[in-house]
Amino acid sequence: MTVTKAHIDVLPGADPRAPLLEVNDLHVEFRTQYGVAKAVNGANFRLAAGETLAILGESGCGKSVTAQAIMGILDSPPGFITKGQIKYRGVDLLGVAEEQRRKVRANQIAMIFQDALSALNPVYTVGFQLAELFRIHRGMSRKDAKKRAIELLDQVKIPAAKTRVDDYPHQFSGGMRQRVMIAMALALDPEVLIADEPTTALDVTVQAQIMGLLADLQKQRNMGLILITHDMGVVADVADRISVMYAGKVVEEAGVYDIYSRPAHPYTRALLESIPRLDMKGQQLNVIQGLPPALTSIPQGCAFNPRCRFAKDPCRQDPAPPAYAVAPQRTARCHFFREVLGE
Amino acid sequence: MFRYIVRRLLQMVLTFFGATFVVFALTFANQDDPLQALAGERPITESQRLALTERYHLDEPFLTQYWYYMKGLLTGDLGTSLTGQKIGDMLVNAWPVTMRLALIAIVLAVVISVTAGVYSAIRRGGAFDNITLFLTLVLLAMPIVVLAPMAQLLFGIQLGWFPPTATRDASLYALFLPALVLATLAIATELRVTRTSVVENLRADYVRTARAKGLTGRRVIWVHVLRNSLIPVVTLIGVDLGGLMSGAIVTEKIFNIPGVGFNIARAISTEDGPLVVGFVSILVIIFLVVNLVVDLLYAALDPRIRYE
Repeated sequence: MTVTKAHIDVLPGADPRAPLLEVNDLHVEFRTQYGVAKAVNGANFRLAAGETLAILGESGCGKSVTAQAIMGILDSPPGFITKGQIKYRGVDLLGVAEEQRRKVRANQIAMIFQDALSALNPVYTVGFQLAELFRIHRGMSRKDAKKRAIELLDQVKIPAAKTRVDDYPHQFSGGMRQRVMIAMALALDPEVLIADEPTTALDVTVQAQIMGLLADLQKQRNMGLILITHDMGVVADVADRISVMYAGKVVEEAGVYDIYSRPAHPYTRALLESIPRLDMKGQQLNVIQGLPPALTSIPQGCAFNPRCRFAKDPCRQDPAPPAYAVAPQRTARCHFFREVLGE
Repeated sequence: MFRYIVRRLLQMVLTFFGATFVVFALTFANQDDPLQALAGERPITESQRLALTERYHLDEPFLTQYWYYMKGLLTGDLGTSLTGQKIGDMLVNAWPVTMRLALIAIVLAVVISVTAGVYSAIRRGGAFDNITLFLTLVLLAMPIVVLAPMAQLLFGIQLGWFPPTATRDASLYALFLPALVLATLAIATELRVTRTSVVENLRADYVRTARAKGLTGRRVIWVHVLRNSLIPVVTLIGVDLGGLMSGAIVTEKIFNIPGVGFNIARAISTEDGPLVVGFVSILVIIFLVVNLVVDLLYAALDPRIRYE
């Protein structure tokens, strides 16, 4: 292999010293016939090489949409990015022409999806789907591309890769399929990997194996990993930092230890209290009262105020709480974060 | 797979006998006085009538007639038409032109409906989608007895782009107009099904994956989406091809093409039982084979389908 990353100058203007990935004030809305759904309303975060950032939140809080916006695979229409920046190594991807943007996918930023059975094309062999990346992006011959596909399957520890390369997705088990997805995402050595609920469809033992594999591969390659999940357990094990999203906003961002020990936002706190624990056997499980707001009518002020036990008058009025600096490298969008922390 | 094919072939034998039996019974029941129908207006003498009745076993009971017929069929003798021609020869004369007509029609239909279907699916709700929707509805609503003479009049006679009729040895060019008329019906349904199927597949998760892989939009559609979308379309193509092979009675009659449909139409109007059964028997076989091929095509398109 003589082709190296440096030879494939896919994104002109990228500065290797600039931060790996920066999302600033991202707004995404879906214009449907039932009204405008504001899925993401000012998401902010940063990701450094080798770092794992977990984006945590309930279904419908905008975490998957944020991921799709970063990848540039938002269905448009109905989805539109109305404001914000997505900077990769200093280049705002939203200003890049589609042809350039296409090459960024898989080369610089790759993604794995929740349900590998439906995320893989059922009518092509996994070998074809892997080799395709090398053929399209690297112009390799079918034979060389297949050889690389086998190497990749080996790297994600699929036994008998040489024969399995000709199998179809439905012939693999759930865990093996997710390994194939990972192999596909890592094929072109991306610097950023976005994993959208990578273990949700798997059973617990396989979950641990897949997370372990992801962590190993991340370390080997010094990749930035964005882990999208609603599973607090998975996050505690692997994440360096956590962004908690609610109604399309990052309501709290902090290191994993801080979040678990002293949450600064009432929503984070409520999430942590709703985790079932063995020592609470027989007691009623804490739940967050009410439902997340409909994205077509997000409450004024802080979006969480109707469900919040700390809410006071300022919370119910615009403007929404800004991102208060709770500590260095730590923010929370709550007027009363001191109360939440100190109680 | 092999066992599946063998089982299907055995089923075909049964279906074949059943179908010929039914057709034979129907033409038998329909026969009024075939000899008079054959002679037309002219009177037939008693001795002629006796000789012909003897030759065609017309006075024997139904089952005996069927037995004679099957005996001939299984020894490769398709029998003799009431007009005295060997039915085998008539088939050999009629088949090639119908076959060519059917193949041109199906190729036209598939190429047009799949490309147009995919494009209207990509830009659903757009101008192209709406125009094709309108056109397919018009075509579906228009019976071929209207469409065929209209096409013949407009393109064949007034504009003179194509010959208005075709012969047994017609060139591809001469067969283009009737083939297009035949194709329109298939196009209407195949296009709608392709469009729906592609729209459905565009929402599938694997499409998102393919886009996340940085593939071009064109590759996502024509490589990833199309093969998944073709499965229901192939069923239709099979049915349409079977129908086209059986000869288009109206179209062949209007364009004066001496094909299978043309012959069957004539045989029915002259109460020529052996001829009808002869042609229909072959048609049954063709239908069965086309259906088998379609079923095997499913497995080729979708690896999840495996026949045991």
